[in-house]
Amino acid sequence: MQAFEYARPKTAQEAVALLASEWGKSELLAGGSDLLSRMKDDVSAPQRIVSLSGVHELRGIAASARGLRLGALVTLDELETHPAVREHYAGIAQAVEQVGGPQIRNVGTVGGNLCQRPRCWYYRNGFGLLATYKGRPLVPDGDNRYHAIFGNEGPAYFVSPSSLAPILIALGASLRLLGPDGPRDLPVEQFFVTPKSEAEREHAIKPNEVITEVLVPPANGTKSGFYEILQKESLDWPLAMAAVALQMEGRRVEKARVVLGQVAPVPWPSAEAEEALKGKMVSEEVAEEAGRAAASKATPLSKNKYKVQLARVAVKRAVLLAAGLVKKGEV
Amino acid sequence: MKIKVKVNGAWREDEVEPRLLLVHYLRDVAGLTGTHIGCETSICGACTVLVNGEAVKSCTLFAVQADGAEILTIEGLAPDGQLHPLQQGFWEEHGLQCGFCTPGMILASYQLLKRNPHPSPEEIRQGLEGNLCRCTGYQHIVKAVEWAAARMSS
Amino acid sequence: MATCKYDWPEAAERHLIGKPISRIDGPAKSSGRAKYTYDINRPGMLFGKVLRCPHAHAKVTSIDISEAKNLPGVKAVRVIQGEGKEILWGGDEIACVAAVSEEVAEDAIRRIKVQYEELPFLVNEEDLERAQSQGHTRAPSVQTKGDPDKAFADPDVVISEGYYGAPVITHCCLETHGQVTEYDGSDHLRVWISTQGVSTIPQQFAEVLGLPATHVEAICDYIGGGFGSKFQIDRWGVECARLSKDAGGKAVKLMLERDAELKVAGTRPSAFAKVKVAAKKDGTLVAWQSEAWGTGGVAGAGVPPLPYVLEGIPNQSKKYTAVSTNTGGARAWRAPNHPQAAVLTLCALDDLAAKLEMDPIEFLTKNTGLAPEHLGETYNDELAKVAELSEWKKYWHPRGRGGSGRIRRGLGVSIHTWGGRGHNSNCDVLIQPDGSVEVRLGSQDLGTGTRTVIAIVAAETLGLPVEAIKVTLGDSRYPYSGASGGSTTVGGVSASTRRGSVDARDQLFAAVAPALGVPPDQLEAAAGHIRVKGNPAKSLSWKQACARLGTKTIQATGKNPGPCELGSSGVGGAQVADVSVDTETGRIKVNRMIAAQDCGLIIDMKTAESQVYGAMIMGISYALFEERVMDDQTGIMLNPNMEFYKLATIGDIPEFIVHMMTGPQYDRRGVIGLGEPPVISPGAAISNAVANAIGVRVPTLPLTPDKVLAALEKA
Repeated sequence: MQAFEYARPKTAQEAVALLASEWGKSELLAGGSDLLSRMKDDVSAPQRIVSLSGVHELRGIAASARGLRLGALVTLDELETHPAVREHYAGIAQAVEQVGGPQIRNVGTVGGNLCQRPRCWYYRNGFGLLATYKGRPLVPDGDNRYHAIFGNEGPAYFVSPSSLAPILIALGASLRLLGPDGPRDLPVEQFFVTPKSEAEREHAIKPNEVITEVLVPPANGTKSGFYEILQKESLDWPLAMAAVALQMEGRRVEKARVVLGQVAPVPWPSAEAEEALKGKMVSEEVAEEAGRAAASKATPLSKNKYKVQLARVAVKRAVLLAAGLVKKGEV
Repeated sequence: MKIKVKVNGAWREDEVEPRLLLVHYLRDVAGLTGTHIGCETSICGACTVLVNGEAVKSCTLFAVQADGAEILTIEGLAPDGQLHPLQQGFWEEHGLQCGFCTPGMILASYQLLKRNPHPSPEEIRQGLEGNLCRCTGYQHIVKAVEWAAARMSS
Repeated sequence: MATCKYDWPEAAERHLIGKPISRIDGPAKSSGRAKYTYDINRPGMLFGKVLRCPHAHAKVTSIDISEAKNLPGVKAVRVIQGEGKEILWGGDEIACVAAVSEEVAEDAIRRIKVQYEELPFLVNEEDLERAQSQGHTRAPSVQTKGDPDKAFADPDVVISEGYYGAPVITHCCLETHGQVTEYDGSDHLRVWISTQGVSTIPQQFAEVLGLPATHVEAICDYIGGGFGSKFQIDRWGVECARLSKDAGGKAVKLMLERDAELKVAGTRPSAFAKVKVAAKKDGTLVAWQSEAWGTGGVAGAGVPPLPYVLEGIPNQSKKYTAVSTNTGGARAWRAPNHPQAAVLTLCALDDLAAKLEMDPIEFLTKNTGLAPEHLGETYNDELAKVAELSEWKKYWHPRGRGGSGRIRRGLGVSIHTWGGRGHNSNCDVLIQPDGSVEVRLGSQDLGTGTRTVIAIVAAETLGLPVEAIKVTLGDSRYPYSGASGGSTTVGGVSASTRRGSVDARDQLFAAVAPALGVPPDQLEAAAGHIRVKGNPAKSLSWKQACARLGTKTIQATGKNPGPCELGSSGVGGAQVADVSVDTETGRIKVNRMIAAQDCGLIIDMKTAESQVYGAMIMGISYALFEERVMDDQTGIMLNPNMEFYKLATIGDIPEFIVHMMTGPQYDRRGVIGLGEPPVISPGAAISNAVANAIGVRVPTLPLTPDKVLAALEKA
């Protein structure tokens, strides 16, 4: 790991002032689980690290009639165990309860989970975010078993690793960014972008911006669910995940949001699945149909056709969970 | 940078480089080698310690991040040589073989029992899902934690 | 009755041997006091780091270390493979440094400038034709026995053909390889090293460094896993010593980083095979044909012994091709070549049993006569035992008849064998006048329980509690004891300790016999006393007896091999796996593993059982998860970390039922090693259980969701 300067601001404003205006020079440190791994592998080598640990305004969960306000430094453990989250936003609790393991959830934060970089093994082995070698893209002909099955026309083939993003998008959450010019709000969905060149990032954040909070609209009875498929029981990256939010009238779906994770360079909303659910009474068959619809336009690479099936199953099971037709552990 | 931390009950101050990892600080600066280094990338959990009462992987934290914190390492569980029930349990129930993962397993178990003093075998497995062991078979680790839970509540 | 003076005590006279006894190093390990190599810190110690080649095959065209040398804090820089050297695998050592901290050492490594000329490479071997066309194969070895063509042509036989395999995996010890060296001006080298062979280290260093072996001391008190990968001193070990010398004799610590550990510190060779096997309609095996290949790196691989266990199949045709790949080399991996052989054989036999519509346990039982001599009966007993403990009759169903539900359950079985004869071992047994007892030897405890079995044997022999014995090992200055490989340690150290303890006890008998008024051969050591046989009232306490030694310490040397048969070789073992497969996701959940294992006379039931438990988690890990992933385009290892080099976690491990075979017929065989055999069967047993559950074979390990779904789609 290369040497760096360590800054510990007391306010978000100070943090912003300490960040460089171009990528690569400075990095924000929250829990550090992702950043330290990148630095150890020389994938990231910032000259300055801006630690957010002293910025208390970024902490805290507030549940009110206006919805849920999550400070960017709220830990995944706090989120998972928070009574209001568990009661009204089941999908959020389900999304974080398998992240990393207890130690990671103790330090991992909401902001960090959204900003973590892809786990693509070409990227992590030094071939860049877009995984090229001698000018050629490595993924299409390489070992792409864990890569994207949607949005993979290139040059990006990695998958968005955030467990929180799909459910936050499904719930219509937005986030607040603070930059040199003040705060701005952005739907979480728009926070994720597919980079077109190595110079771009997969997040719509500027190098000198800080996520200060995430705002989730009031649940108002919206039922949410999350399902992910890992090969191992824990300490494993999901192969596919799906988040579902349903506005129901009795058992009938008025409106559905379905967002997949680990399948595309960005969290992948599935209009097809949403359409398949709309106006239907949720049942095993309807859930199955939503899964099929979600997977219908997948464009798998040479070694990840199986992920299409997994995406389909993840959607189906997330729908059943959200609708309360099954409990976690029964699917 | 200067940091001040309370390690196993005693405050200490040291001048450290910002890039010094907490695990290296504990092992090489504070001389507490019971905290082991396994995977170096926050997977295996061999480096688990408690920072302000919460289990963390010390290979993936900078020492400067722990400035002002209270840290508990495996050495702090048996300060006067009297084994903690968890340490006793891992011995009695054969929850260890090569022993390299053991300190981390015990500290992860410590947090687990603090949060849930009477865990079911299933809850023990969930509580220890952030720690890897290559040689015991895990089953004895579950028994070791059950043994300690029973001992601590009696 | 015992007929030879060192013989193991008869069952009725054993107070400790064979009982479940907690390991004596438990408190040191659970309190963090146990010092592993990684934990050795010496005054003024420097930190070593290695620069490794990023290419799978390349020639070093230039190297410049000047910038690294000039960095403040750097005390030594060495070129290991410099200009003109051809590098044959990624991660091989190019240069190394020693500096005042790990961080400075890393900075120095970054300042070494190396130019390479990249050369063509091959890093994957499953496609044998490609390997052949690129000239990466050796001349195949071909063996024939009987008349396989005729046997397969017999219209009355049932033939099954299939493709099976197991990829390259690594050892992935939790403690990486490495050492701390102190190589001072007087040409004495002291090395703390994570090793499976303390006594064998000095000679290895002596040869390379040109020192007398007597000038080298190797120390290893505790080791965080070895599994066969830690016998050598390795090039990084030698360079670490040289760095220490270059730095004026200061200690240098050089532990491998995890990525280096996975790239260069040892693998298990792969094995793939097209297998054809035939049996009569009653299930009698008549013919075997295999075309197998695999890689163990540049040097090729060890050859799996095929057909495995049932080696007496009368007609055989075997071909094996070693593939040379530009990858880190193979090392002994817990039961070298056997887990692969088990997968290739027991999966093929399971497919044949399915074709014959036979219960695979009945099928194996019918053919155990084809196993080496004495093992046939053992297998029958063990197969019956695992059938009973797994409730096989209740849960097993013919292949593919596991219902049509989403979750399908299945059972599979496998058998295995291993040698395990005790290695050469010497020990000193000391009895002090104050009554304290110590056993010293240059052995090592890999976590298997070596210290504990030594203490049990000495305590049993001397009639003392286990706590009364101090076991000192892990230092090459103590009597030579063999390396811990091949499951040879328990047999070796228990025999040497027994012989040494009997001799030490007899010296004590001689010293106290006058006081008790009987000849020494009328004495026995039991319950903390030296007493007259048949007259326990006539006795001295252990302390009183030892006090009779005056100022004289008893020191007896025990050896193995030696008089009286205390051990033998050749064990069996059977395992059943019970799995559930989610047919929508291809995920496999192991519900139970059931093992029956023999290992002759068991010294410590607790540590013995623990070896079986531990072996089964390694087995589940390699059956479901583990695989070294090499990239065809760049030649690098894509998963040199524990994130994508996947190991089983606590949630992946099910209920284990372990049954150790005991009784006079096993005791009679003496002590036999155990560490390796139980790791052999899980791959085949789990693969067979999956085939039983879903009705179709997933050809190669690991049994990942993509492969399970692909197999289901084909079915």
